[in-house]
Amino acid sequence: MKKSTKAICSLAAIAVLAAVIFYAGTLPTTSMFRTTFQMASIYALLAVSMNMLNGVTGQFSLGQAGFMTLGAYTYAILTIPVAARPNVYYLYGVAPWLENLILPIPVALIISGLVAALFAALIGAPVLRLKSDYFAIATLGFAEVVRIVVASSWLNTITNGSLGLNNIPSFKSYYSTFGVVIICIAIMGLIKNSTYGRSFKAIRDDEIAAEAMGINLAKTKLLSFVISSFFAGIGGALLAMYLKAVSATTFTLATATYYILLMVVIGGMGSISGSIIASFLVIFSKEWWLRFLDSPAYIGSFQVPLLRSGFRMVIFSIVLMVVVLFFRKGIMGDKEITWDGIHRLFTAKKKKREVSDDAR
Amino acid sequence: MMPGNVLHIENVVMQFGGVVAVNNLNLDINEGEIVTLIGPNGAGKTTAFNVVTGVYAPTNGSVSFCGRKIVENYPKGKMKKLYKGEHIGEYTNTMEPTPDVITKMGIARTFQNIRLFKNLSVFENVLISKHLNRHSNIFTAAFKINSKEEKKNREDVLKLLEILDLADVKDEMATALPYGQQRKLEIARALATEPKLLLLDEPAAGMNPQETLELTEFIRKIKDDFNLTVFMIEHHMDLVMGISDRIYVLDFGKLIAEGTPQEVQNNPKVIEAYLGVSDDAEN
Amino acid sequence: MDAFLQNCLNGISIGSSYALIAIGYTMVYGILRLINFAHGDIFMMAGYFMIIAMTDLMLPWYVSVILVILATVLLGVFTEKLAYKPLRSAPRMSIMISAIGVSYLLQNLATYLFSALPKSYPTIGFLSQKIVIGNISTSLVTFITPILTILLVVGLVLLVNKTKVGMAMRAVSKDFETAQLMGIKINNVISMTFVIGSALAAIGSILYFTPRTQVYPLAGSLPGLKCFVAAVFGGIGSVPGALLGGFLIGLCETFIKAGRFSEFSDAFTFVILIVVLLFRPTGLFGEKISEKV
Repeated sequence: MKKSTKAICSLAAIAVLAAVIFYAGTLPTTSMFRTTFQMASIYALLAVSMNMLNGVTGQFSLGQAGFMTLGAYTYAILTIPVAARPNVYYLYGVAPWLENLILPIPVALIISGLVAALFAALIGAPVLRLKSDYFAIATLGFAEVVRIVVASSWLNTITNGSLGLNNIPSFKSYYSTFGVVIICIAIMGLIKNSTYGRSFKAIRDDEIAAEAMGINLAKTKLLSFVISSFFAGIGGALLAMYLKAVSATTFTLATATYYILLMVVIGGMGSISGSIIASFLVIFSKEWWLRFLDSPAYIGSFQVPLLRSGFRMVIFSIVLMVVVLFFRKGIMGDKEITWDGIHRLFTAKKKKREVSDDAR
Repeated sequence: MMPGNVLHIENVVMQFGGVVAVNNLNLDINEGEIVTLIGPNGAGKTTAFNVVTGVYAPTNGSVSFCGRKIVENYPKGKMKKLYKGEHIGEYTNTMEPTPDVITKMGIARTFQNIRLFKNLSVFENVLISKHLNRHSNIFTAAFKINSKEEKKNREDVLKLLEILDLADVKDEMATALPYGQQRKLEIARALATEPKLLLLDEPAAGMNPQETLELTEFIRKIKDDFNLTVFMIEHHMDLVMGISDRIYVLDFGKLIAEGTPQEVQNNPKVIEAYLGVSDDAEN
Repeated sequence: MDAFLQNCLNGISIGSSYALIAIGYTMVYGILRLINFAHGDIFMMAGYFMIIAMTDLMLPWYVSVILVILATVLLGVFTEKLAYKPLRSAPRMSIMISAIGVSYLLQNLATYLFSALPKSYPTIGFLSQKIVIGNISTSLVTFITPILTILLVVGLVLLVNKTKVGMAMRAVSKDFETAQLMGIKINNVISMTFVIGSALAAIGSILYFTPRTQVYPLAGSLPGLKCFVAAVFGGIGSVPGALLGGFLIGLCETFIKAGRFSEFSDAFTFVILIVVLLFRPTGLFGEKISEKV
């Protein structure tokens, strides 16, 4: 495919994407598409951030919920309007230094990413020495510790203890969230395609060989861990913005880490475009298309069996199992969508058809 | 140490628990030589490689590269009691560089059991080796501010692949290559780190005589083209005898002979190690 | 002093039920090198089985106990055959994801079948009897748990060390491929491991839920993780290690709960985990494994 054709295709794709986002923004705020679309984009960011570490670098972390919590809380603490604070902290009061501390939304967003990244940097050096499954369980443990500490009475005047925080402000414009998500994913895409991204992939494929080729394992893994956590922190903050409230039980192992892992696995470990597709599919099905699975339905007087609260998540878990067992590569494997790839897909089909025509 | 010395292994002992895998190894390689380490299976050859490349820190002894000490260690902790080797107390420093640091100094290696990056293309496999000489940081690399460097690296790798006859398959997955070419790719990857000393761990393993012959030529060629010193472990005696300037023979972790191929071939100790003691000799 | 003894007793008791679950983790890890994330949820399902047997079917407790153990064993073996066996030659990460998938499925299935609200656990009459020794009053279950656990562990250690099945298990955990070449039926050994692990988890669930009186879909998640920590602490692969790890975790947790830092008792377990992994990754009794270059 020619370079100019690709450029035209890319421009067209961007125009379509912009049009869809713009269309979503014109819908009334009660519209299902409008809210689901926004939520899915946030999850796309979270899935891609998890994929950078778990898929691209091959370091299987289960700490996503912890970094999301850190990001969400940091954002909430720094942005809840001063006027609303006495109401939010009605039980324990607010720490004096925090009373009038308020930051603009974009600054707070970046800081929430940085806080998550800072914690990653602190625990990363020792924890990344552990081998695959031990690393997974250690990061899981870290996430649980974060949740417990955040909800503890020690931090009552900062995190509002077990009550959590609400009244969290969001962007004025509906489009800003998409802007943040697109910028973040684009940065991760650029990193993946750079020499650093290659060193991540080398570590995933063979640590010993990567080290023998001059890649510093400790530093490179830490870099990937910090990058992934930074964006997980921003994703957590965006989700707090979307939900307008956050508590220590908002992001748990099952509701955040496993849920996002589901998207990463379905999309394909190591594929950014796969993660994006999968998060949109999963969120749209869960929040919209498959909602009917959770409410009893009647055909005439006949009640459709199985349909009742909780059935949706059972279906999702089964889908995850089916993907793990039978389609281990997920939608995209570790490949990305490229114009060449799409081109090849169509020409290959055509060729096959020609061959079969000839055979006839 | 003489000038022109590339690798100097001094009194290296590698002990795992109570097992001494390498016992008091002394070995020198000079610039431009092809030196081979041979010995029966389990003699400690690969362990010696792993000590040189930083995969293992030796229990005792030191390694120097181009006159500069790069590895040194002495028994400590539990090992103090367990230590069975010699030259105790002669080494007092601890230098345990990780493999990547050693590669940066100019020692590259291949692996006995091929270790390619399975999900990367041939081209990317080699391009990885250029990561260690980068000047860009994560920001300049991601935002392509330093695109000149990336471009040059890509050109260099392409050139290298052309020299090694791998350019036609550059977009293939590494694992899709036939076995012989996978071995070649491992060497290409090591060469891309721009080493002075190349360590080859059984490069001819699993090859037929014809392929082995080609490999002999190939090693000679890259040695001249890239100005290399080669240190090799090998079992195929055709290859070993045909190409080596000098040979070291290891048995049960101990050096039992060294010299030119001729000298080694006629050394009774070597014959004994390979063939076992015959009944006649015992009587 | 009385409070101290009371805490000791409680700690050992809870620790014993942890130990029973930890054995399941440690044995599976020893053989498949897999953290069986679903084990905690199998333990949770055992809790629901008991409710079905005693509350819904109104069976007497001794029949229920047997039924619960059988059902849990079936669930455990079924999980292995369905979710782990097909992935035996797959990368380790895939099997781990599969285990997480099973865990997620069981949690969601329990929510669907039994609702997210806690259900009350049936009381087995004699287990809940109060007994008084000196100034310490406690229910019989607190007292029976450690004794039963130690008996089971002794039995298991004998099984592993003295019988043919046990020898096969040890061989498989040392070297999977070689054991297979020596004619050991790997799949039988693995099934056996899951049978033992699940049976112990079922007994553990009865001992764990009786004093706690409630079961909910996530009830297995946190205890499961704690028991894994216990297994790591004692050295993964070691049955006596799991017992000791269970005791230690149980005691620490009980004493912390009694003290000033009660809200951090769960966090403490994970801090232990991270510290142990960093300084002694093979645990107290574990063996060292290194990769060949």
